[in-house]
Amino acid sequence: MSQATLAIHRISGHAGPAPGEDVERGTQVCKLVDTTTCIGCKACEVACLEWNGYTFTDTVFDNSYQTMPETAWNFWNLIKFNEHEREDGSITLLMRKDQCMHCADPGCLAACPADGAIVQYANGIVDFQQANCIGCGYCVSGCPFDIPKFNPATKKMFKCTLCSDRVSEGLEPACIKSCPTGCLHFGTKEDMKDLAETRATQLHENFGFEKAGVYDPAGVGGTGVIYVLHDATDPESYGGLPKDPRVPWVVRFWKGPAKWIGNLAMLGGIVGVTLHYLRFGPKEVDATRRENGRQP
Amino acid sequence: MSTTQVVTSRPTVIEPERTIRRYTLSERIHHWLGAFTYIYCLITGLAFWSPYMYWLATLVGGGPTARFWHPWLGLGFALSMIWMYKMWRGDMATTEADRRWSKAMKHYVENEDEKLPPVGRFNYGQKLFFWLMFYGVILLLISGLGLWFVESIPWSLRWLRYLAVTVHVAAALATIGGFIIHVYMGTAMVRGGFTSIIRGDVTATWARTHHRLWYEQITKGIPPQK
Repeated sequence: MSQATLAIHRISGHAGPAPGEDVERGTQVCKLVDTTTCIGCKACEVACLEWNGYTFTDTVFDNSYQTMPETAWNFWNLIKFNEHEREDGSITLLMRKDQCMHCADPGCLAACPADGAIVQYANGIVDFQQANCIGCGYCVSGCPFDIPKFNPATKKMFKCTLCSDRVSEGLEPACIKSCPTGCLHFGTKEDMKDLAETRATQLHENFGFEKAGVYDPAGVGGTGVIYVLHDATDPESYGGLPKDPRVPWVVRFWKGPAKWIGNLAMLGGIVGVTLHYLRFGPKEVDATRRENGRQP
Repeated sequence: MSTTQVVTSRPTVIEPERTIRRYTLSERIHHWLGAFTYIYCLITGLAFWSPYMYWLATLVGGGPTARFWHPWLGLGFALSMIWMYKMWRGDMATTEADRRWSKAMKHYVENEDEKLPPVGRFNYGQKLFFWLMFYGVILLLISGLGLWFVESIPWSLRWLRYLAVTVHVAAALATIGGFIIHVYMGTAMVRGGFTSIIRGDVTATWARTHHRLWYEQITKGIPPQK
């Protein structure tokens, strides 16, 4: 996948189809998180910290498994626990691995003003380039999942990289590698979608989860992280997974029409005062200066 | 050159015209404090506004540096504005003379100043600009704090994040419109104005032409008209 550009397209002097020709089915990478088989062990949290060279910060205790309240600039992968009450009054523990969703249409990238601070690779990974980041936080406003976080020491934004450094070497992301139940999968978007749909069907037919389904929100063009949910009609109960995430319309307007309106208005102002000067000239009142051709 | 040409001309005697103190040192300092901080925020703000103007950040030390100083100098601009408000709010109240003047503003724009009714220390246009910047900076300050500390706005109140962006952009554009006209009028259009905000003085003719009521007030002791 990472070597997609080196996939064989055609070769010379060869009888018949070239070996390996067009076998690559897709270049888009994807993480699949099956919330129905997650046991909340937090191994992915540890693996993420280890691979990226961060250490656990102080935990909190609020009478739940939620010992880390939210992701942070140095904590990109978090299991969100929710003690969810079913319709019949019984309790179930919903657990969802929260991280950057690597949207096909990333709001952070749309909002970012710094040249090259956010890149989207051809494989779909959305990555922050801290060398170009100016730390303005516009990505915070652009993200429909509340993911980018500010490091106050370096004044740069950070988030999950989908282990772009590992993926580029043909390895799976660290979180995937660490999962003991196999609820995390990594592969092409196409394969992960198939696997997710298969699992959702299995949940329908064999386990009685009528509303089971796949979360791959179309509002952001699909995501590079997809979920299998027991109840796809209520993603909000999985630690606030938005039902229909979209890049905020304010951000769209700000980065689209507002820019044209604003630029035309500013240009209009400059042109306007220039035309005024050419047509009407200055207000010169000091007679002595006028006679001597001196401009004050 | 085989011949030396000697050009002689009778030197023109310039009678030094009587000058009038228009702006005190404190007024000039606070005007330029506001001007410097506003222009800094304008340059850096435009850099953040459009990728085609991002190069402007290079002029002031690059993107991260521009991002670091923009809010601080914005605070500086707000402080200078508070000071200008304290100094000028009395002068900036709209009077009957302003209402008459504003109805005849067309003549001002077309440089037919002789057809204009007299005004006090500031004309209606200057007052509009002052209040535009005054209310503009209030909006810029509040929305700017929202952008500065965007992560402190909880996710459940994220509409405030979007509101901050909208208000900051709208208020900035409004002040830029005023700023363009202000700079044009202060430098190119109204001759003598730029000198007055630097050195503080205007000629008596200037004062009589542009601010008749103010001129009469300070030269003849006539109280300002309401």
